[in-house]
Amino acid sequence: MPERLRERIREAAGRAAPLRLRGGGSKDFYGGAPRGEILDTREHAGIVSYEPTELVVTARCGTPLAELEDALAAHGQMLAFEPPHFGGAATVGGCVAAGLSGPRRAAAGALRDFVLGARLIDGSGRELAFGGQVMKNVAGYDVSRLLAGSLGVLGLIVEVSLKVLPRPAAERTLRLEMPQDKALEALSRWAGAGQPVSASAWRDGELSVRLSGAGRAVQAGAGKLGGEALEDAAAERFWSGIRDHTDPYFAGGAPLWRLSVPATAAPLDLAGAPLVEWGGALRWLRSGAEAATVRAAAARAGGHATLFRGGDKSAGVFAPLAPAIARLHRELKAAFDPAGVFNPGRLYPDF
Amino acid sequence: MGEALPVAGRERQRAVAQALRAFLPERAVLWQHEDTRPYECDGLTAYRQVPMVVALPETEAQVQEILRACHALQVPVVPRGAGTGLSGGALPPGDGVLLSLAKFMRILRVDPAARIAIVQPGVRNLAISDAAAPFGLYYAPDPSSQIACTIGGNVAENSGGVHCLKYGLTVHNVLRVRGYAADGEPLDFGAEALDAPGLDLLALVVGSEGMLAVVTEITVKLLPRPPAARVVMASFGDVQKAGDAVAAVIAAGLIPAGLEMMDRPATRAVEEFVGAGYDLEAAAILLAEADGLPEEVEDEIAQLCEVLTRAGATRLTVSRDEAERLRFWSGRKAAFPAMGRISPDYYCMDGTIPRKRLGEVLGFIGDMEKKYGLRCPNVFHAGDGNLHPLILFDANDAAELKRTEAFAAEVLEKCVAVGGTITGEHGVGVEKIDQMCAQFRDAELALFHAVKRAYDPAGLLNPGKAVPTLARCAEFGHRHVHAAAAAAHPGLPRF
Repeated sequence: MPERLRERIREAAGRAAPLRLRGGGSKDFYGGAPRGEILDTREHAGIVSYEPTELVVTARCGTPLAELEDALAAHGQMLAFEPPHFGGAATVGGCVAAGLSGPRRAAAGALRDFVLGARLIDGSGRELAFGGQVMKNVAGYDVSRLLAGSLGVLGLIVEVSLKVLPRPAAERTLRLEMPQDKALEALSRWAGAGQPVSASAWRDGELSVRLSGAGRAVQAGAGKLGGEALEDAAAERFWSGIRDHTDPYFAGGAPLWRLSVPATAAPLDLAGAPLVEWGGALRWLRSGAEAATVRAAAARAGGHATLFRGGDKSAGVFAPLAPAIARLHRELKAAFDPAGVFNPGRLYPDF
Repeated sequence: MGEALPVAGRERQRAVAQALRAFLPERAVLWQHEDTRPYECDGLTAYRQVPMVVALPETEAQVQEILRACHALQVPVVPRGAGTGLSGGALPPGDGVLLSLAKFMRILRVDPAARIAIVQPGVRNLAISDAAAPFGLYYAPDPSSQIACTIGGNVAENSGGVHCLKYGLTVHNVLRVRGYAADGEPLDFGAEALDAPGLDLLALVVGSEGMLAVVTEITVKLLPRPPAARVVMASFGDVQKAGDAVAAVIAAGLIPAGLEMMDRPATRAVEEFVGAGYDLEAAAILLAEADGLPEEVEDEIAQLCEVLTRAGATRLTVSRDEAERLRFWSGRKAAFPAMGRISPDYYCMDGTIPRKRLGEVLGFIGDMEKKYGLRCPNVFHAGDGNLHPLILFDANDAAELKRTEAFAAEVLEKCVAVGGTITGEHGVGVEKIDQMCAQFRDAELALFHAVKRAYDPAGLLNPGKAVPTLARCAEFGHRHVHAAAAAAHPGLPRF
């Protein structure tokens, strides 16, 4: 199978024909408009190896994310970065290429933190292996982590090894009424005090907080935080709604902005409805405000803004890069994909 | 080594020193042999090279000027922190400038609410935790050399420590890095937010061994100091059982804050040195730490004891108080200096393997001890599968040194063969550059070189380190070049 993929890529590179790398298509909406001939990764599927006691799983790009997560759950383990599925069709390759993490990110780390190794087909059709299946590896540049969130512009991720973690022994979700500024304050205080907060979401005057960990730690934490506990099934539904954007907040056609800012930034002075996650470090915004206005507010707060879904993409989906960083992007793109075959324009319009 | 430069070299030296003196004070430019000599090596003393010029800037503007000047003159530049690295990553260029960041010692900001610290690269790892302590916070990665090694060096090597199974490596605990490209252009990777737009260039610069950029400012995450921590010491009658116990702990859904293993030759050497209270009858001991809220720690210690007993532990000792906990760890952290007392020299390896192959690789190392007639005590970050076998030898005995080199090479190649890596946390530097040819194929090495060119087209930053040329690998098949290593700072706790 990789041979067929390599052949296809070599052939496209020979014609300088753009390829659109695609798994389940669950994130077609994300990034610059996809273009090029579709290279469907779903044929190259399957878990290559999974050793629960090694805390590592290796899977091919076309493996359904749900299948991978089920296999982990059967051994009481999980992808700790809680990646979004955005529908049932998400694949492992697309998950890594998009680099998105879910509600547990602030506590457990981002997708990129769990990438241990990857196999990649570059723009010349060569299959390359970086990193590996061990927890610590500093041989060579950390190319496998660089692939996380690269949106496929550096090459086709054919296989990836991810660190997995045991599922927490206990979880409890609490709900508290408070305005945004008080919620940000409380989240910062709890995190500083070592409370086992594993997810948070504030919207519309209501703060939901999930505690995870050892039974007694969760119990003690719940006692300190107060609020009202949710039934387990309701809590599960709520967090998957936040993770997969099926929560009512994400419904409707208003442009969805994703603002990544320091957790301690004050509530942003922008028109539109916010939803705050990651202890304050992730601020969603439903707003028709001008891109420049949203980006300026994010920058003032020390972060950046992405036009995540909908809206007018002509002003760029991702925040513009400083000139030196943009130059490095172009140089790296040229190093991996000299013919410019992979996902042109998906990350930035100029490559 | 150490001889005066030939005439052409002296002229070049004068030209470079003069160029730097145009904007640096006299004391910040060293070129006389007695001044540059102390910089001839880092922690890997087997490789020595007196630098042509040493520059000691104090400001970012000076760093930028140095890089611009060196770029204009096409002079190689090697950045250096405390010089404690173990792979020769800061080995100076004989025809270039050693850029010491030792004067970048300021902690610029500790923000307890945001739980971050912004520091200069010359700040010692432990100094960050000391500065954060009044706020109940600390910086998690704790290489055993943390009293001396600098955060800039940690970023260059992606350093780990004994707590990285639970808390991650440097790459997991750094939010932002600012610095300069080889041509002096300012660079800014990451953000105080949890992510930054575009490709994850922060992940690429961490562990890049000073090849891509010179780092001048680092923003690290701080964590709340766990209110409680206890460690259990478990004894095992054979090494394989201890290895299996590590897997049993993970299988039970536990992620200890630290999970370390030492074999009997290691515990005996250490016990004489620091009196850590280790069980010297055990073939191997495991140290497993639980941290968190007091009730959480109590539960986890109980679970650990149960799992370890089931896995065949012959004796369990749980630290009764903080003093005893620190004593158990002091032995682990003193393994390196302890070896210095029982052998003139020692060669430390840094391979990482899948945990399940631990028994097999330990058996292999045992066979190599017999084959080469050399002792090799073992200490490991067992939870991470990161091995630090220490071959004991006498560098003055040429034959023994040769056997040590061959021993180490076989072990590293074994690590690769079982699906592991030649280096888990010490870096490739100059030391393991030939083993890179065993780890990677030409296509990957070519891509590494292309990445390097994207940042540093002229190849001036730390040239010749970390990634071998394809020609070198082509030759590697026919040669056997491993210089054995004797480490500097013999008293410094390691790994």
